[in-house]
Amino acid sequence: MGIRLDRDAIGQRAALLVAAGFLLVSLALPLATLFGKSFRDRDGQFVGLANFVRYFGTPSLVASLWSTVWVSLLATCIVVPLAFVYAYAIRRTTMPGRGVFRALGLVPILAPSLLPAIALIYLFGNQGFARFMLMGESIYGPIGIVIAQVYYCFPHAFLILSTALAIADRRHYEAAEVLGAGRVRVFLTVTLPGVKYGIVSAFFVVFTMIATDFGIPKVIGGRFNVLATDVYKQVIGQQNFEMGAVVGMVLLLPAMIAFAADRWVARRQVALLSARAVPFEPQKRKLRDLVLFAFCALVATCILVVLGVAAWASLIQYWPYNLSLSLRNYAFQNADASGWSSYFNTLAMAACAATIGCSVVAFGAWLVDKTRGAEFLRGVVHLLAMIPLAVPGLVLGLSYIFFFNAPGNPLGFIYGTLAILVLNTIAHFYTVAHLTSLQALKQLDPEFESVSSSLKISVWRTAWQVTLPVSSQALLDVWFYMFVNAMTTVSAVIFLYGPYTKLASVAIVNMDEAGFTAAAAAMGCTIVATSAAAKVLHSLLAAWLDRRTQAWRAR
Amino acid sequence: MKNSFTTIGKTLTAAIAVLAFGAGAADAQQRTRITVYTAIENEQLPVFKEAFEKVAPDVEIAWVRDSTGTIAARFLAEKDNPRADAIWGLSVTSLILFEQQGLLADYKPKGYDKLKPLFKDQTAPFTWHGIDAYAASICVNTAVAKAQNLPIPKTWADLVNPAYKGKIVMPNPASSGTGYLTVAAWQQIMGDAAAWQYMDKLHENVGVYLHSGSAPCVQAARGEYAIGISFDMRAASEKTKGAPVEIVVPTEGVGWDMEASAIVKTTKNMAAAQKLMDYSSSAEANRDLYSKYYNVVADPDAKGTAPNYPAETEARMLKIDLAAMANNRDKTLAEWSKRYDGKSAPK
Repeated sequence: MGIRLDRDAIGQRAALLVAAGFLLVSLALPLATLFGKSFRDRDGQFVGLANFVRYFGTPSLVASLWSTVWVSLLATCIVVPLAFVYAYAIRRTTMPGRGVFRALGLVPILAPSLLPAIALIYLFGNQGFARFMLMGESIYGPIGIVIAQVYYCFPHAFLILSTALAIADRRHYEAAEVLGAGRVRVFLTVTLPGVKYGIVSAFFVVFTMIATDFGIPKVIGGRFNVLATDVYKQVIGQQNFEMGAVVGMVLLLPAMIAFAADRWVARRQVALLSARAVPFEPQKRKLRDLVLFAFCALVATCILVVLGVAAWASLIQYWPYNLSLSLRNYAFQNADASGWSSYFNTLAMAACAATIGCSVVAFGAWLVDKTRGAEFLRGVVHLLAMIPLAVPGLVLGLSYIFFFNAPGNPLGFIYGTLAILVLNTIAHFYTVAHLTSLQALKQLDPEFESVSSSLKISVWRTAWQVTLPVSSQALLDVWFYMFVNAMTTVSAVIFLYGPYTKLASVAIVNMDEAGFTAAAAAMGCTIVATSAAAKVLHSLLAAWLDRRTQAWRAR
Repeated sequence: MKNSFTTIGKTLTAAIAVLAFGAGAADAQQRTRITVYTAIENEQLPVFKEAFEKVAPDVEIAWVRDSTGTIAARFLAEKDNPRADAIWGLSVTSLILFEQQGLLADYKPKGYDKLKPLFKDQTAPFTWHGIDAYAASICVNTAVAKAQNLPIPKTWADLVNPAYKGKIVMPNPASSGTGYLTVAAWQQIMGDAAAWQYMDKLHENVGVYLHSGSAPCVQAARGEYAIGISFDMRAASEKTKGAPVEIVVPTEGVGWDMEASAIVKTTKNMAAAQKLMDYSSSAEANRDLYSKYYNVVADPDAKGTAPNYPAETEARMLKIDLAAMANNRDKTLAEWSKRYDGKSAPK
C-alpha cells in the first residue's frame, strides 16, 4: 500500500507541476514581463519606484480609486443577493419553470458587454424612451455603470451560487426540524453556512470583475473615472506601457485580498456531501414558491427587455432619426471588411478554448483539491488560478505581446495565430472556471479517496470512475462558461488577432466606434443566438448526463 | 518530473501549432504577402487593397486594422520583434513617435516630390508621407439645437456660452489623440494661459469627456448631446448616413492630424513595401482612393469629392509644429488631469 500511495503521490505532484507550468507560461511569465516595465522608464532604464511615486502623486488617482471601490462594492452588494435569491429559488424550491429561469438567468453572459450598453443607452440615454425612469439623472455615470455591471455580472454570481446550492445533505435539515428549529433558523444555521464558500467566492469574483472591467465604464461611464479606464488612458491613449503596468499592479490588490479571504473561508468549509449523505429534495411550500416565482419572473423580464431592445437596435436603420426596420445590418461586410469571417473565427476559437480550457481547468482543480500533502505546490497553483480575475483584459493582452513576441521566445510561432487567442482566452477566464470546478469537488467527501486507497485503487481510477462522473455537470458548466466568454471576449484579444484571425467581438467594437451601432448590435445578437444554441445543446447534454450519472443522488 | 513537463509541453506546443497553422494559412501562392497596419475606416480596406494589388500583382496585403490608439499601442509593444511590414494610413503623430524610436525605414517614395509640403516628412530620416488630413471640428446636431433653442456656434469662443451647459462632449485628451490635438490647437491659438482659462470655462459646459476621438461626433449625431468636438471625417460619414448634423469649422483655426504611410525598418519584404509606398504617394491613389473619402488630400491636383465635408477646412488648418506638440504632451496632460479629471466625478 505504501508503494501505491507513493506512486500516486508522485504522479499527482508531477501533474501539479505541469499545471503550474501551464499557468506560468500562459499567465505568470507574461504578466511578470509586463509588470517588470513598471520599474522602468520609456527608454527601458531601471527607475525603481519612480513610476509608482509619480502615479500615487496624481491628484485624480484618489478619485479613481475611491470611485472604483464604491461603484464595485455597490454593484456587488446588489448583484450577489439578487443572484442568491434567484439561485435559491431554482435550487431549493418546487416553483414551476425552474429550468426556464435557470436558462434565462444565464442570458446576460451570452452577450458581448457592448450589447447591454447599447440597450441601456437606447432605453435611458438622453434620447432614450424610458429616460423618465431615471428622474432627471444621467445614465452616463455611476448609475449607468452600476446597472450595466449588475446585468453583466449577474450570471457569473448566479453560476457560482447555483453550484453551491445544488447539493445539500437532507439529514441536516431533518435533524434541524426534529430539534424544532423554525424556517428562518434552519436557513441561518443550515443553509447559509453550507454555501458560505460559494457566497464569498461570488462576492469576490463579482467585485474583482467590476473593478477590472473597462468596457462598461468606457462606453457608459461618462466623466466617471475608475482605475480600469486609467489603464486604458495610459495604454491606448498615450501608449505609456510603464504607467499602464503600474495601474495594472494596483488593480491586482483586490484579487490578492480575495485570495486571502478565499483561503480563510475554504479552511473552514467542511465537505457537505459526505459519502453517507442523503441528497436534499425541496418540499413544496405554496407561499414561498409563489413569492420566489414572482421575483424570478421580474428578474428574467428585466434580462429579456434589455436583450429585446438590443435585438431591436440591430434592426433599425438610424437611431433615433430613422426607426424603420431592415435586415441590412446583418450584411456585415458593409460595416466591417472582414464580414462574416470574423464570426467563424470566433466560433472556432471558442470551441477550442472551451474544450481545451475545460479539460485543463478541471484537471488543475482536481489536483488542487485531491492531492494529499504538497501544500505549497497546491497553494501555488491555486494562487496562480486566482490571478486572471484581477487582471484587466487589456493588461493581459498587452503582456502577451511582450512575452510571446519577444525575440527568442520558443513559443513565438503562435503569435498572430488562432492558438494565442485560445491560450489567452483560457488564461483570461481561468478563475471562475477553476472556482466552479473546485466548488463541485469540495462538496465531495474525501472519504471516497480514503476508501479507494484502502481498496488499493489508484487515485486516477477513483477520479475517472467516481469523481469525474459525479462532477460531470460542473464540467459541462465550465465548458459552457469558457465557450460563451470566448465568444464575447474583447479587451485582451484586441491586441492579439492576426490578419486572418479577426474576431467577431473585436469587429463589434470597431463597428460601434465607426458609428455602425446597428451592425454592432446585429453581430452581438448573432453571438447571443449562437451561445443560446450552445446553451440548448448544453441543457440536453446535461439532462442526459443527469440520468446517466446522478442517479445516486436519489434516495 | 522535468522531463514529463517538457514532453507534455512539446506535445501541447505541437497541438497548438497544428491548430494555429491550420486556421491561419490562406491559399498558397507566390505573391509576397506583406502585413500592413492601418487605422483607416473599415469599409475602405477592400477598396484600398484591390486598387494596390491591381498595380502590384505580385504583392498581397494582409491588413491588421484597429482604432488609432490600439494599433499604435500594439505596434510599439511589438517593437522588439515587429510584425508589420508597412503602415498605410495611421495618424502621423503616431508615426513621428515611431520614427523617434528608430522603428521606421528611410525611404522617399516616387510620389514624394509632388506632395503638398505639409504632407511630407521634411527632415531626415525621411520615413513617412501623408495621404489625407482631417481637422478637429465641431459637430452640431441641428435637430437638438432647434428643439432646445440653441444657437449654432461659429467659433471655439462661442462654445463657452452658458446656454450649452452640459450639452457638449469632447474626447478626453488622456485617452484620445484627437482630444490632445484639440487642446494643443487651443494652446496655439490663444496662448497657454488663455487656453487654460478657456478650458476652465468650457469644462462647465462639457457633459462628458469621452474615451475616443470619434465617439463625440457619433453621440452628437444620435442626439445624445447637442455638440460634439470630433474629426470632420466622422461627422461627414454620420451625415451621409442620415444624421441631422452640421459641421462647423471654427474660424480661429483648427487642429488637425493626417493619416500617413511608412515602411517598418525591420521588414523582410523591403521591395514589396517600397512598392506600397510608391503607390500610396502616387497621383492615382490620391485620385482614386483618398479623394473619394476625404476632403483634404496630399496630392495638390486631387480634389476631394467625399460628400458632406465643409469646403473651408483646408484654409483653416493651423500651422502646427508636430514635434513640439509631441514633446509638450506629458506636461499638458498632467495639467489637464489635475484640473478636470480629479473633479470630473458628477455631483
